[in-house]
Amino acid sequence: MQFPIYLDYSSTTPVDPRVAAKMAECLTLEANFGNPASRSHMFGWKAEEAVETARKQVADLINCDPREIVWTSGATEADNLALKGAAHFYRKKGQHIITSMIEHKAVLDSCRQLEREGYEITYLEPDAQGLITPEQVADAIRDDTILVSLMHVNNEIGVINDIEAIGKITRERKVIFHVDAAQSPGKIDIDLEKMQVDLMSLTAHKIYGPKGIGALYVRRKPRVRIEPQMHGGGHERGMRSGTLPTHQIVGMGEAYRIAKEEMHEENARVLALRNRLLEGLKDIEEVYVNGDLAHRVAGNLNISFNFVEGESLMMALRNLAVSSGSACTSASLEPSYVLRALGLSDELAHSSLRITIGRFTTEEEIDYAIEKIHEAVVKLRELSPLWDMYKDGVDLNKVQWAAH
Amino acid sequence: MAYSDKVIDHYENPRNVGKFDDDDNSVGTGMVGAPACGDVMRLQIKVNDDGVIEDARFKTYGCGSAIASSSLLTEWVKGRSLDEATTIRNKDIAEELQLPPVKIHCSVLAEDAIKAAIADIKRKRGITDVAEAAE
Repeated sequence: MQFPIYLDYSSTTPVDPRVAAKMAECLTLEANFGNPASRSHMFGWKAEEAVETARKQVADLINCDPREIVWTSGATEADNLALKGAAHFYRKKGQHIITSMIEHKAVLDSCRQLEREGYEITYLEPDAQGLITPEQVADAIRDDTILVSLMHVNNEIGVINDIEAIGKITRERKVIFHVDAAQSPGKIDIDLEKMQVDLMSLTAHKIYGPKGIGALYVRRKPRVRIEPQMHGGGHERGMRSGTLPTHQIVGMGEAYRIAKEEMHEENARVLALRNRLLEGLKDIEEVYVNGDLAHRVAGNLNISFNFVEGESLMMALRNLAVSSGSACTSASLEPSYVLRALGLSDELAHSSLRITIGRFTTEEEIDYAIEKIHEAVVKLRELSPLWDMYKDGVDLNKVQWAAH
Repeated sequence: MAYSDKVIDHYENPRNVGKFDDDDNSVGTGMVGAPACGDVMRLQIKVNDDGVIEDARFKTYGCGSAIASSSLLTEWVKGRSLDEATTIRNKDIAEELQLPPVKIHCSVLAEDAIKAAIADIKRKRGITDVAEAAE
């Protein structure tokens, strides 16, 4: 085993060697280095061909027309382009936008900016399992609603929203539907013929492609318009200017091609590992899985170990690369806003670990993780006054804490 | 975040972990922080009739820096009189452990803990501080 063991695949993934090999073919003089926008020579034509092949590979995974793919620098840019682009374009139609409290910061901060510009945002509260229901969306839509933006898969807890059902509602009410799908391609099937989604943000680096490349799906029928946020040479049909990075795009294409071919087999394997992990941790007292376990991508386990603080737990697990919803891991000193929106107590939010499994995780690594987590929880509970109190039968909710 | 060697040492080999009997008249207990804030410290001191801290115990729920701050504190208070122990300042702890700015609150909590423990033993013994009476 190689240490530390990487169990943070929802944060980013290593590039698949097959992807890296394709990318390397697009860099040097002997290789495909041209500017895809150069129309006057072979170098440009070859680069353009590679870009269009990749566009088709991305489109194939989500079952859409390649002409509906707009390259961006990643999902954050795609989210910005979708939200601000649609809001600005349809401003005269209305200025009300619906999203949820547990979106990624790229969506939430774009919404904050739109609020400053005068738009009104409704933030839907997820249920205790982390899901937004179609009924909630239907109830929140008003005559002046122009846009609904919801994530497909939550980055912290891995739960899956019912995009198909929500899309039926938004289409019927003639509201644009944007889906942040940074976490879902290759994890669950996406069929944009069936899902009535108008805009979808995609990225490469969570699906074994490179960082720095993503895409926004922009529906052609019925046509959705967005105002560009990046002005320049009019690339990507004017929606996103900037010279296309051939090597990045080719990498994303190859990553999506591999995913389409291998995802079902891979997800079955990853799910077996996740189940093995959960099985191995279940016998620890006072552990809680955060978020719906049934509607969840295979690789995610978000779990709280009550009376143990997340950062100290990660310190004990220095051979495991995982993440935590604990305050101490963020600059803000606030525990995860996602876990809090689920109604978790602050202490359970502070006590959470996000363990995410992927393509290169082995059974041996999972068994090692189980053993180390057991040891760490025992050690830290020995140190925990809250554990003492719990064992003495003290109700921690009734204690008057000297908060600081 | 990178921890200093001292924080790692205290975290991996915490000193004086444990609990004294709360009802013992020679024991002062200070419990500070809140689970909601992500850290709770319980510091206990055993004080002899001469007002000298003979022994100390702690348990802490919190990050590595909080655990190290309280572990260090138990080492520092042993052998000191109550008056000497009140002079321990958070910045001494932060300096010793080389805490980064974002972790200073851990040392503040440790200072609060020793103050609370001293106040508790004084209360038990019926000693009223001038400063405390004025509060």
